[in-house]
Amino acid sequence: MNAANGIVSRAHPLWLAYVLHRLSGIGLAVFLPLHFWVLAMAMTAPARLDAFLAMSGAGVAKLAEFGLVFLLAVHMFGGLRLMALEWLPWRPSQKTLAAGAAAASFLIASFFLLKAV
Amino acid sequence: MTSNFLKVTIERGAGAKNAQRVFEVPAHENQTVLDVVSWIQQCADPTLSYRFACRVGMCGSCAMMVNGVPRWTCRTHISKVLDDNAVTIGPLRNLPTIKDLVVDMDPFFDKWVAAEGMHHGGRTREHPIAPVDEKSAARIEANAGIECINCSVCYAACDTVAGNPEYLGPAALLRAWTLLNDARDEGREAILDAVSDKSGCHNCHSMGSCTAYCPNELDPMSAIAGLKRETTKSFLGRVR
Ligand code: HEM
Ligand code: SF4
Ligand code: SF4
Ligand code: FES
Repeated sequence: MNAANGIVSRAHPLWLAYVLHRLSGIGLAVFLPLHFWVLAMAMTAPARLDAFLAMSGAGVAKLAEFGLVFLLAVHMFGGLRLMALEWLPWRPSQKTLAAGAAAASFLIASFFLLKAV
Repeated sequence: MTSNFLKVTIERGAGAKNAQRVFEVPAHENQTVLDVVSWIQQCADPTLSYRFACRVGMCGSCAMMVNGVPRWTCRTHISKVLDDNAVTIGPLRNLPTIKDLVVDMDPFFDKWVAAEGMHHGGRTREHPIAPVDEKSAARIEANAGIECINCSVCYAACDTVAGNPEYLGPAALLRAWTLLNDARDEGREAILDAVSDKSGCHNCHSMGSCTAYCPNELDPMSAIAGLKRETTKSFLGRVR
C-alpha cells in the first residue's frame, strides 16, 4: 500500500457527498443530450419517436429515464446542500440539527413513496 | 498488546517511488507514531530522515501520512492507527519530498504569503493599541482560527490541492479569513483580492477533508465558505 494514496481513509461523509455530486453531475452531462435528442424527434421524426415510446413502456428505456430523474434529484439536492452550507453561516450545532431534519424528512418521504408503489 | 513487535513500513527516498522498507519495532504501552519513527532512526537505520521539534503538538513540524491519513505524529498514539499490529508511514501528501519523511514546506508557506496571510498594520508605536471587542461576532470568528500550528495536515488532506497545485489551500485561506475578521488588521482589500483570483477560495468544493483531519480541530472549510461570501459580496458591491 502507498501510505500517501489511501482513498478509503478519506471516505468521511462530506467527501462522499462531494464524490456523489461530481458523479451525478457527470452522469447528467452525459445523459441529458441523449434525453433531448429523443424529445427532439417529436419535431424531426414523429414516427421514430412513436416507435421509441412504444418500446420505452418497458425495460431498458424506463430504467434509463428513472436513472435520469434519480441523477437529477441527487445532483439537485447535493447542489442545494452545498449552497445552503456555504451561503448561510451555520453554527456546528445547527448543522447537526439540519442534517438530522433532512434525514428524518427523507425517511418519511421514502415511507410514503413505498406506500404509493 | 497482542505482540511485542510492531510491523512498521516506511516509504523512503525522494523520486524512488514506493521504495518501502519494513522494520520490526519493539512495542511499548505508551508510544506515539513519532516515537516509533525515532526508534527506527536511532536503533535500526540512522540514515532515515524525518522532522520534529516540540513533541507536544505546538510546532507543526512532524506531520506525516499514517496509513493514508495525514496526522501530527507526536500526538498520535500508535494504538490508534495500528492495523493488525502493522502501520505504513510516508511523507506528507501534496508537497515535494526532500528525503524520506521530510517534505519541502516552501510551497505551503509561500501560499500563506500569497493569500496575504500576514499582519497589515496601519498604526505606529505612537498610536494607542487598537481596541478588540472580545464579544463581537468578528472576534469570535477570528478566535476560532488562531490556533493553527502550520502543520500542513489539512493541505495534505485536500483533494483540490492535489488536482490543482496552484490552489492556495485550506491553511492559507483560514489565515486570510482570521485576519479579515481581526479588528487590528487593515488589509481587507488586499486579502479579498488575493483570495478571489483563480488560485483562491472559489476552488474549494467543501469536501471537508481539511476540517475532518485538522489535529487542532479547526474548521478551514467553514472559514473558506466565509471568504466565498465576503468576496462575492464585495464583487457585487463593485458591480453595482
Ligand atoms: C437541478 C439543479 C442543479 C443544481 C442546484 C446544481 C448545483 C450545482 C453546484 C452548486 C455545483 C458546484 C459543486 C462544487 O462546487 O463542487 C454543481 C456542479 C456541477 N453540476 Fe450541477 N446543478 C444542477 C443541475 C445540473 C445539470 C442539469 C447538470 C448536467 C448538465 C449539472 C452538471 C454539473 C457538473 C458536471 C458539475 C461539476 C461537479 C463538480 O465540480 O464536482 N448540474 N452543480
Ligand atoms: S473543504 Fe475545500 S479546502 Fe477543505 S479539503 Fe475540501 S476542497 Fe480542500
Ligand atoms: S488548519 Fe489545522 S491542519 Fe491546517 S495547518 Fe493549521 S493546524 Fe494544521
Ligand atoms: S513535533 Fe511539534 S507538533 Fe509534532
